[in-house]
Amino acid sequence: MDVAALTIDRIREDLAARRYSAAELATAALEFAQAENPKTNAYLHFCPERAMAAARRVDERLARGEDPGPLGGVPVAVKDVILTKDVRTTCASRLLEKYVPPYDATAVARLEEAGAVILGKTNCDEFAMGSSNENSAFGPVRNPVDPERVPGGSSGGSAAAVAQGTAVAALGSDTGGSIRQPASFCGVVGVTPTYGRVSRYGLTAFASSLDHVGPLARNVRDSARLLQVIAGRDPMDSTSAFAPVPDYLAGLDEDIRGLKIGLPKEYFQDLATETGDLVAAAVETLKGLGCEIREVSLPTTEYAVPCYYVICTAEASSNLARYDGVRYTIRAEDAESLIDMYRKTRGRGFGAECKRRIMLGTYVLSAGYYDAYYLKAQRVRTLISRDFQAAFEQVDALVAPVSPFPAFKLGEKIDDPLEMYLSDIYTITGDLAGIPCMSVPCGRTADGLPVGLQILTNHFQEPLMFRIAAAYERAAA
Amino acid sequence: MSSAADILASSELLAKYEPVIGLEVHVQLATRTKIFCACPTRFGDPPNTNVCPVCLGLPGALPVLNRRAVEMAVQAALALNCRINRVSRLARKNYFYPDLPKGYQISQYELPLAEHGHLEIEAGGAGRRIGITRVHIEDDAGKSVHEGFRDSDRYSYVDLNRCGTPLIEIVSEPDMRSSEEAYAYLTELKQTLQFVGVSTCDMEKGHLRCDANVSVRLKGAGEFGTKAEVKNLNSFRFLREALDYEIARQVAVLEGGGAVEQETRLYDPSTGQTAGMRTKEHAHDYRYFPEPDLLPLEISEKWLETIQASMPELPAAKRKRFIEEYGLRDYDARVLTATRPLAEYYEKAAAAAGNPVEAAKWVQGELLGRLNAEGKEITESPVPPEHIGELIRLIAEGQITGKLAKEIFPKMFATGEAPSKIVEREGLKVMGGGELEGIIDEVLEKNPTQVAQYKGGKKTVIGYFMGQVMRATKGQADPKQVNQLLRKKLG
Repeated sequence: MDVAALTIDRIREDLAARRYSAAELATAALEFAQAENPKTNAYLHFCPERAMAAARRVDERLARGEDPGPLGGVPVAVKDVILTKDVRTTCASRLLEKYVPPYDATAVARLEEAGAVILGKTNCDEFAMGSSNENSAFGPVRNPVDPERVPGGSSGGSAAAVAQGTAVAALGSDTGGSIRQPASFCGVVGVTPTYGRVSRYGLTAFASSLDHVGPLARNVRDSARLLQVIAGRDPMDSTSAFAPVPDYLAGLDEDIRGLKIGLPKEYFQDLATETGDLVAAAVETLKGLGCEIREVSLPTTEYAVPCYYVICTAEASSNLARYDGVRYTIRAEDAESLIDMYRKTRGRGFGAECKRRIMLGTYVLSAGYYDAYYLKAQRVRTLISRDFQAAFEQVDALVAPVSPFPAFKLGEKIDDPLEMYLSDIYTITGDLAGIPCMSVPCGRTADGLPVGLQILTNHFQEPLMFRIAAAYERAAA
Repeated sequence: MSSAADILASSELLAKYEPVIGLEVHVQLATRTKIFCACPTRFGDPPNTNVCPVCLGLPGALPVLNRRAVEMAVQAALALNCRINRVSRLARKNYFYPDLPKGYQISQYELPLAEHGHLEIEAGGAGRRIGITRVHIEDDAGKSVHEGFRDSDRYSYVDLNRCGTPLIEIVSEPDMRSSEEAYAYLTELKQTLQFVGVSTCDMEKGHLRCDANVSVRLKGAGEFGTKAEVKNLNSFRFLREALDYEIARQVAVLEGGGAVEQETRLYDPSTGQTAGMRTKEHAHDYRYFPEPDLLPLEISEKWLETIQASMPELPAAKRKRFIEEYGLRDYDARVLTATRPLAEYYEKAAAAAGNPVEAAKWVQGELLGRLNAEGKEITESPVPPEHIGELIRLIAEGQITGKLAKEIFPKMFATGEAPSKIVEREGLKVMGGGELEGIIDEVLEKNPTQVAQYKGGKKTVIGYFMGQVMRATKGQADPKQVNQLLRKKLG
């Protein structure tokens, strides 16, 4: 079997036809992934025992004549910020290098209940902070399309694994674009669902009010299948939504004639680039499918980056306080006092980007600065949400670029944090508003670098978002 | 006043100043499970056994607010006459400490659960109303253990069983003007919360913890002085001693030409003194911000009504009712409403007796004295309230005398038997009729001289006959009846 070419539908068919067993597929997928991994460093570690146990459970179901589950036998990868019971979860940080969690994230448990076979844990920026995957304590990930280039971040390992074919699909997390941007850089589909649609229980927190768990896959249908499984109310996450989960596959084959699609003009300024051209061509395709294209305005867009970097760093500074040397992997044993132990442990344990964000976040929450930064950023966030609500009164969905540029070279932006932060300029607004958004491949540059088209809809309108993405995907094929 | 305070400032100097005191009281809510997870709140289990990913603050774990904890906090706030904020917010209070595994405490900051309350206290014979600024909910930290291990010289150990136990913090206005008032406030607060049943308020177990903000100013001065926060006031005695010491210390500083520093001070019970912990420059900046893992806490009209309906009668109202309805004196009403079980016991006894005043006398005089002597609570009383009622009825019906009853009560206390049973078994019935008359006749026959004296006008001699008859009946006669019979027979 060609593991790298499998889709979920194909696996369902093959297992039903007994062309191979789930165990055989898992063995082949593990072998292939382990052999291919040195090229990209997409996986940090594999969990063959857990994978084989899951595959055997699927085979047992099949042997009993039962349905193997919606993801029965599907080899998947899980970003290493999402907890897996008894399987190391490092967050790509020295501070958690040997950390083995005692419980599964809800999304992980739901994947396995649905029959998925988790092969291993994927590389990412440390604690999901970064846009290039260069902030991993365990080495960067190389883009399978061009090994000199980054896969994007922070879910770079998940995107690379799916693009490379070492996983049929993967879980990522998105706080400011960490699923969509690497998906666009690697040429795969990446979905950031509505905030609260997927439980965050077991997702190591970076910025709680912005963190999302979402799928990456090689096509829209597979991404919808994954979201179908992981979405839904979880009593362990107070912010998870009660709204029932609709059938995400039901509308995938419908046409999109007559839909009103908005182009936020602020996202198309300064886009006289190949990326801009490819996105414009995608818009033409949508027009050809019968969509009515309209320009809309999201006037507060220019404040999104500063707003985001105040809120996410503030929350991060608090969320990362627990890695203090009292527990987990690292403790500075040469410390002379408790404070000294904290300083040395955290000073040595965290990478540069985490430290930068912890310092920023600590600053913006400090007495005397809170109102000027954190409170103001929250107000701006409300305005950004209102912009989207106003836009969704005029149009059914928005499309935009995912990133201003395609995958850049390793090392190219790592010394310029501001330049790096700007690669999220089109993705962070969706996180700030908590609306569903996704990246679907829309062609390649002359250098062969993938570009993603971003589709955004209103809260809980994932079915519409998937429907547009699937229609575009069919038309573009 | 403690000697430590005496040394600092004379009573003349102290008299020039007025202390200003506000208390911050942490109370552990009596929920069965923790505030953000389902772990038990049980005290005394082996270290780190009542824990889970949530209260351990493991990566990825999220809090889920305990509904019962909110209800108890609302009950407490209602009992303290607070206004309940229909929407409040949980907030993170960030600081580093080994027994704080998340690196922050989930508390409330802006928009607490309840505000604008008060508590009526009585100190120095006068009633005062002490304002309550706010009541908010929060989770407790774990416990650092610095002693008792072989390597305690190098390491501290952490027990996280207590971590995530629900607390309320009750912040008073700076309305108290003496350590006596602070003592009275804390007493009233404890009694009220115990009454509502939201906390055991057991200070030894840390269920009630108190910090004080203290300043002094010259009497008549308008502005407050610089305050110090005094921590570790974990008994009523410590509270009074620490406050007296701190007041005297601040007076001494000011009288010596110095200035009181804004700082946190720790009370040391072994010396009776407070000592500086950290000054304002080193004060924590807790970097509060709204807890993004929890939605705003909304208390719906319906929920609030349900909680209101579940509120028991509070001590002050109960005292008033005991005085008006049962005719008790203020002091007795106060004693009998000290705890909810005692008040309930008393009311049962009063109903059974059909005489609330007599019931109050027996419960206070005979029962509480004996319970205290044995270190027992009213809930452990071997005498059920119905038996006290029965005893009072037996007296009222003339079946036994008050004197007899006092002899019966210790037996009731020792055996738990009903008084009627003891009376029957021991044949303690009041002697009457022919038997009593026979004894009286006998006494009169034996004492012709005294009979003559009585008939000669010396009526006081009747006391002598009374004594003789009572001795002859071994106290089983009703003195009133004996007196009547004697007068009749002596003409």
